[in-house]
Amino acid sequence: MLLKIAIKNLLGARLRTILNVFVTSFSFFIILLMSGMYDGMLQHAKNVTIDTEIAGGAYWHPNYDPLDPMSFEDSHSLIPNKIQSLIDKKDAFPVLVNQVSIYPGGRIMPAILKGIPPNQDIVKMPSTSLNSYKDGTIPVLIGKGMAQSTKLNVGDSFTIRWLDINRTFDANEGTVVHIMDTENFKIDMGHIWIPLNIAQSMFAMQDQATYVTYKKNLKEIADNTDWLHRDVDFLVKDMEAIIEADKPSVQVMFIILLSLAAMGIFNAQVLSIFRRGREIGTLMALGMTRLRVVALFTLEGGLNAILSAFATLIVFGPFLWYFSMSGIPLPIDYTEMGLIMAKRLIPVYSAGLIFSTMILVSIIVLIVSYLPSRKISQMKPTDALRGKAIT
Amino acid sequence: MNIKNSVIKFNNVTKRFPVGGDYFIALKNIDLLLNKGEFTGLVGPSGSGKTTLLNIIGGLDSASDGNVSVLGQSLENTSHNERAKVRRKNMGFIFQSYNLLPVYSVFENVELPLILNKIDSTQRLKKVNQAIEWVGLSDKRDSRPSMLSGGECQRTAIARAIVHQPALVMADEPTANLDAENSHHIMKILTNLNRELSTSFVFATHDEKIMGYLKRIIHLEDGQIKKDQLIKNPKFS
Ligand SMILES: Nc1ncnc2c1ncn2[C@@H]1O[C@H](COP(=O)(O)OP(=O)(O)OP(=O)(O)O)[C@@H](O)[C@H]1O
Ligand SMILES: [Mg+2]
Repeated sequence: MLLKIAIKNLLGARLRTILNVFVTSFSFFIILLMSGMYDGMLQHAKNVTIDTEIAGGAYWHPNYDPLDPMSFEDSHSLIPNKIQSLIDKKDAFPVLVNQVSIYPGGRIMPAILKGIPPNQDIVKMPSTSLNSYKDGTIPVLIGKGMAQSTKLNVGDSFTIRWLDINRTFDANEGTVVHIMDTENFKIDMGHIWIPLNIAQSMFAMQDQATYVTYKKNLKEIADNTDWLHRDVDFLVKDMEAIIEADKPSVQVMFIILLSLAAMGIFNAQVLSIFRRGREIGTLMALGMTRLRVVALFTLEGGLNAILSAFATLIVFGPFLWYFSMSGIPLPIDYTEMGLIMAKRLIPVYSAGLIFSTMILVSIIVLIVSYLPSRKISQMKPTDALRGKAIT
Repeated sequence: MNIKNSVIKFNNVTKRFPVGGDYFIALKNIDLLLNKGEFTGLVGPSGSGKTTLLNIIGGLDSASDGNVSVLGQSLENTSHNERAKVRRKNMGFIFQSYNLLPVYSVFENVELPLILNKIDSTQRLKKVNQAIEWVGLSDKRDSRPSMLSGGECQRTAIARAIVHQPALVMADEPTANLDAENSHHIMKILTNLNRELSTSFVFATHDEKIMGYLKRIIHLEDGQIKKDQLIKNPKFS
C-alpha cells in the first residue's frame, strides 16, 4: 500500500521527480566514471608494465634488489640449469644489471645498465634495434624520458664508465641507436640498454645474469637453486604502490562526489518535507500513523535512488560505454610525472565497482531519506496541518 | 439523551498551550455531549477555541485536563497509533483550504482513506465512484486539484471525508474560501449526507450561511461554552 502511494507521489510530482532523479543519476554517473577511470588507469599501467617489462614473471638472483643499485655488484651469477633450459627453448631471456656512470654532453650521471638479448620477443621493447652495431662503439637503447634528461639524440655518442671485475675503472663509448617511446618509465628513467653479450664481456661476466624474465602463461619451474621466483603479482607491486600513493586523493574525490549525491537527495527530501508539511498533516488527519508517514517518505527517497540508477543506465550509460570503447583523451603527458598513463585513458567498470557504488549510494539514500522523515514523527499533526516550519 | 448514542463526550476538558514560560488557556472546563446524526456548529469569535476543540475531538491534539471519549472510547492514554486508527476508521476531516494532495486526481484523493483502511480495489472503485457522485464531480474524476475551482476542490474534500462512511465528520471553516453560491451548494450536500447516512457533523465556523443549516449551535467564547442552542427548524434544510 505504501509502495503504491510512494510511486503515485513520485509519478505525480513529475518535474520534482525528474530533477531529483537527474541530480542523483548525474552523481552516479560521475562516480562511476571517476572510479572507472581510476581502475582503468591501474589496469592500463599494469598491462603496460606486464607487456614491456614483466611478461610472465622472473627468476631473480638472490641478492638482486632493483631499488638498491649497490646490490647489483653482487647480484649476478651463472644461470641455474633449469632456468637456462627455458632460455634455450626461447621461453625466457636473461638480463644482466650493473651500475655505471655515463657522461652525456660532458655531464656525469649514474645509470643502470642492462644487458638484454636483442632478439628476445618476450617483452615489447625495441631491443632488436641493438643489432645495428657497426662502428665499434656500444649500441645503446634508451627511453624518451632518459633522452630528454640526458639531451641525447639518436646517433649521439657518450662515455660509459664502469668498475670492472678487478675493481678498477674501465670506460668505453656508447652510441644511441634508438629512442623508444614507452609509457613504462621503469625501463626508461635512468636506464641504458645494451646487447647482453657486450655487457657480459664488459664486466667479464660470461654467461652470467641478474634475472631471467620468462614469457606469459608459463608455469613456475621447480628450480632448486637459491634463485628467487618472482611472479607478476610481486613484480607489479611497486608500480601499484606508486598508484596507491595517489589513492587518498581519489578517495577524497569519491567522498566529495558521494556527498554531493547525498546532498542532492537530502535537499530534495528536506525540501519536500518542509514544503509538504500540510500534506503530511493531512495524511495524519486521514489516519496514517507516524511510522507509516516516515516509511512513505523513506520509500519515496529509496524509489528515487532506484529510478536514478535506471536513469543513469539509460541516460548516461551510452556515455560510459562510449568512453570505455574509445577512451578519454588526457591533456597532459603523465609519463614525465613518473606515472604510467595512456594518452587515451580507457575507463574500466568492474561489476564490483558498479555493485559497490550502487550499494553505497543506496545506503546513503536510505539514510538521507530517513533522517528528514524522522523529523515528521516528532511533529504534532496540528502543526503539520498549519504548514508550520519544522525545527 | 442516550449515552449509547453519544459520539463525543467531553468531561471537564481544559487545553493549555505553553507560551513562553507560561500557559495560554485555549479551552476551559468544557463539558459536551454530541449524539449520532447531529449537525452541530461551534461558533464564536476568532481565537475562541473552535479549531482547538475540533482538533481534540479528532485526536489530532490532546486535552491537558479532563476526559474525552469518542465513539465510546476514551482518548485518554491512547497512543498516536490508536488515535490514528480511530480517525482512519471513524472520522473524516474537511479543511478550510481543502488540503487535497496536489499530485493526485480527484479519484485518487477520494480513494486514499479506503487505501489506508485496506479496502480491496473492487470495493474501492464502487465506493469512490459513489462518493464522487454524491458531490456531483463524476465528470471531473480524473482532474487534478489544480484544474478545479474552489467549490470543486471542497466537494472533492467532502467526498474524501465521507467515502469510508465515518461516524463523524469534522469541518473547520469549510466555506471560508468559497462564494455564497458554492457555500450553499456544499452545505446542501452535507445536509443530505447527514440525513441519508446519519453521519454526525461538527463545524467550526463564523459563517452566517452555515448557521442557517445547523441543528445545534454551540457558542464558544474565550475557551468556554457560553450557549448551547438546539434549532428546531433550521432556515435551510
Ligand atoms: N499551538 C498553539 N500554541 C499556542 N497557542 C495556540 C496554539 N494553537 C492555538 N493557540 C491559541 O489558542 C487560541 C484558540 O485558537 P483556535 O485556533 O482554536 O481559535 P479559533 O476559534 O479556531 O479561531 P479562528 O476563528 O481564528 O480560526 C488562540 O488564541 C490561539 O492563539
Ligand atoms: Mg480556527
